[in-house]
This record gives sequence, structure tokens and C-alpha cells, in this order.
Amino acid sequence: MSNSTPYMQPDQINALIDEMAIKLRELIEERPIENPQMIGIHTGGIWLAERLHKMVGIKEALGTLDISFYRDDFSRIGMNPKVQPSHFPFEVDDRNIILVDDVLCSGRTIRAALNEIFDYGRPASVALVTLVDRSGRELPIEPAVSGLHIDLQPGEHITLTGPEPLQLVLGTESNRKSRNTS
Amino acid sequence: MHSHNIQLDREGRLRHFLTTEDLSREILTEILDTAESFAGVSERSVKKVPLCRGKVVANLFFETSTRTRTTFELAAKRLSADVLSLNISASSTSKGETLLDTLRNLEAMHCDMFVVRHNESGAAHFIANHAAPGVAVINAGDGRHAHPTQAMLDMFTIRRHKKEFVGLRVAIVGDILHSRVARSQIIALNTLGTSEVRVIAPRTLLPAELRMMGVHVYHDLDEGIKDVDVIIMLRLQKERMQGALLPSEYEYFRLYGLTEERLQVAKPDAIVMHPGPINRGVEMDSEVADGPRSVILEQVSNGIAVRMAVMSITMSNSGGQAK
Repeated sequence: MSNSTPYMQPDQINALIDEMAIKLRELIEERPIENPQMIGIHTGGIWLAERLHKMVGIKEALGTLDISFYRDDFSRIGMNPKVQPSHFPFEVDDRNIILVDDVLCSGRTIRAALNEIFDYGRPASVALVTLVDRSGRELPIEPAVSGLHIDLQPGEHITLTGPEPLQLVLGTESNRKSRNTS
Repeated sequence: MHSHNIQLDREGRLRHFLTTEDLSREILTEILDTAESFAGVSERSVKKVPLCRGKVVANLFFETSTRTRTTFELAAKRLSADVLSLNISASSTSKGETLLDTLRNLEAMHCDMFVVRHNESGAAHFIANHAAPGVAVINAGDGRHAHPTQAMLDMFTIRRHKKEFVGLRVAIVGDILHSRVARSQIIALNTLGTSEVRVIAPRTLLPAELRMMGVHVYHDLDEGIKDVDVIIMLRLQKERMQGALLPSEYEYFRLYGLTEERLQVAKPDAIVMHPGPINRGVEMDSEVADGPRSVILEQVSNGIAVRMAVMSITMSNSGGQAK
């Protein structure tokens, strides 16, 4: 069953995150994004967000988001038994939000995350940051900053494992967890 | 007892919630953890998640209740489900329709869940046994038997204040004999690993099988609440007075009513709980009910989160109706 192979080692991932932090700082200056707040999506997105949050120097604490209650496949795969509370230590209304996730694939997780954020308030803007931007998009959602882009076959998947060290693992359908559609 | 646990599906996941009996610590903990995530929803500007959008919940209340029915309704609405609240005692049964006919009709309306309150013990089990395969059933109180969501919201409230069940001493005070709440609480407390569960009641209000449930029995309130972390007061049902089980309300309060003064022997950080509605001056003094140790209104808020958890877990495991 186990046919997952390491795709990228921790030091390579750290180098990617360093680059992403630089791109993100540029983005914040160019747009400009005033007084940005950062939100990480459970679980891999939070690992990445914790690092970027420090590197970019965002003052307010990191928000965490669990999109389990907003999934569009509840009727098919049911409740996530390990759901975590979402926690925003700041007001969402009129704020500029940087949303961080590990792998962007179909775009459904981000759709759910946006819906949840909007139930907390009306943000001024949301920018998406992902470590991996992979093929397989089903919705019109694109990252503002991403670490790498890869093309994968429909049965293949890439997962971030962590939190220490961070590692990217490539696998195929047989060992895929149905909940990990990103 | 059924050899097969009707509450669980083939993979051992919760599909009906009828009693706290025969459920593992993992399942009870999953309910509490999920409720913890739902608790935050009530504090947001939009107090709703889309999880059960398109599902239909029928509240079947064969016995009247305000708090339980309202919190179930609110919980279903916060999950974005559609809710029908039927006060059945006043509708079809009085026209001679049988319970099963009522069920079949509701199933024909494509209900995904029945929340059942009934004055007969075992009513929710009966409905779970006869409901269509995709329908989840939740017991909202049946006779003297069980009231599992009340017990779980009490567990949730205790865990929020005390973090762990291990090491806790919990006292349940009052009419244990007629209380489905007490029964469900004792089982849940034991399953979750509570170190000591005490019950405090007059001899006439204690069931005979109680000692088998692993509880310590007291007849004296002051002795019973000494050094406890949690005091759960039960509602004294006034209709029980007529059976000569108790001399009078005044007498009951003198012996078992909780006052600030008596509370002094409990631990300094002890919390006081009550499933409501309170008979002030019978089970406890207003000073206690409205005092700093009372968590009675928190219990009500927590009831919504816990019911959201139980509803979403069972609805997802019952599979819904494949249409």
C-alpha cells in the first residue's frame, strides 16, 4: 500500500520558504497591503504560516482556521473527527488578510476558507499564499505567492508533513486519504 | 440488552445517540472535542456554519420541554439544517395515528434526523429500531431512562472548568430515582474517568441498582459535598411530592437545599450546576443560583454547541438519504 516517496527534503523546503517570505514582503509593499493579518489553514497551512508570520514580521498574532464545518463533501465523507476550533485573535472587518495553505489543488479548501472568514466579518482583501501550487484546479482560485508549481496526474498527490522537519511527500491514490483534497 | 449496539454503525462510529451507556471514552471525547469547535461559532457575527445545509431535522416532542427543544432547534439552525418542531402530544396521536404511522409520514418528507422526547423509557430506541436506514435518532429524554445530550453538555461544562475528569470528585444531589439526567451523567462521568462520583439523596429518592453503578451514596448533604469539585443539583419534580416520597418542599430544602453557607465545605473552586428549570428555594437558594460558583447559564449556552456536535456527528455517520 505504501508507495509514497519523499519529494523534497527539509533544507530545500526551508530555502523555498525563504524565497516565499521575500516575495510576500514585496507583495505587501507593492500592492500595498496595509497592516496585514495572517491566517493559516489546519494543519500544514499553520506550520507554513507560523514561519512566514515571523519572517515577514506581522505584529498581530496568527489566526488559525479549520474548514471542516465548511467542506462541500460532508454528505459524502462525513465529519472530520479531529476538527480544531478556528481562532482569530483579531477583527476580520476591513482588514487585509493573508491566507496561508500548504498545497493548492482543486481550490475547494480555499473556497471553504473564504466562506468561513466571511462569516466572521467583511475583510478589505484576502491574498492567498501556498507552498505548492499543483495542477488540478476545479475553481477560479489562484495564489498571489507560491513556493513551487508542479504538474501531477489526477491520481497523484503531494502532502506536507511536519511540523519539524517539514517534508513534501509524493504518493498515489491507494494511500491517499480522502480528506486531503486541497 | 442488545448484543449489537444500535447506536454504532459497522465501523463503530456513532450513528444514533440514545444513551451514554455502552459508548467508549473515545466517542464521548470526540463529542466534547467537536463541541469545543462549535462553541466559537456562537461568538461570531454569523452564528452559523453550512455543514448540514439541505438536511432536515424533525424535533418530535411527545412531552413538553422549552429549553431542550429550543436549544435543539437553535443547534440545527446553526448547522444550517431545516427544522420542524412537532408537538406531537397535541397533534396526530390525539387523532389516533400510531407512532409508526407518524414516523413513516415524516420519512416520506425526507427527514434526515429525529430528535425524540417521550415520557416512556425506551421510546427513542424504538424509533431508532424502526426508522429508515439513513435517518439518525437522538434521544432528547425518555421517561426515567436517559437524557444523553444533557449529560454531555454537563460533561462539557465540567471539562471547560476542570480540564480533566481524572482526580475529580463530583456530587449529584436530589431526586436520583426519577432522574434520567442523573443516570446518563453517572455513566458518562464513569466512562470519562472521574475519580469519585457521589450521589446525595433521601432514601426514598434513590434507586436500588445505584451501588452497582460504582457511586458513593450519601444521605446527608453536608457530608456528601465535603471537598467536592463539582456539585450537580437535580430538579425536584413537584409532581413527585404527591407520591408521599417527600414530606414537603420546605422540609426538602432544609435537608437538601444548597445554600452559600453549606457550600463552604466544598472545595473553594467548586462549581454548581443545575439542568434547569430551577425551583428557587427548593433545590437551592437564589444566592447560590446567581452566585459566583454557579455555571447554570453556561450550561444552557454549552447545550447548543454539544447538540450541534451530536447532530453533525450522527448525521454524517448515518449516511443521510442518498437521493
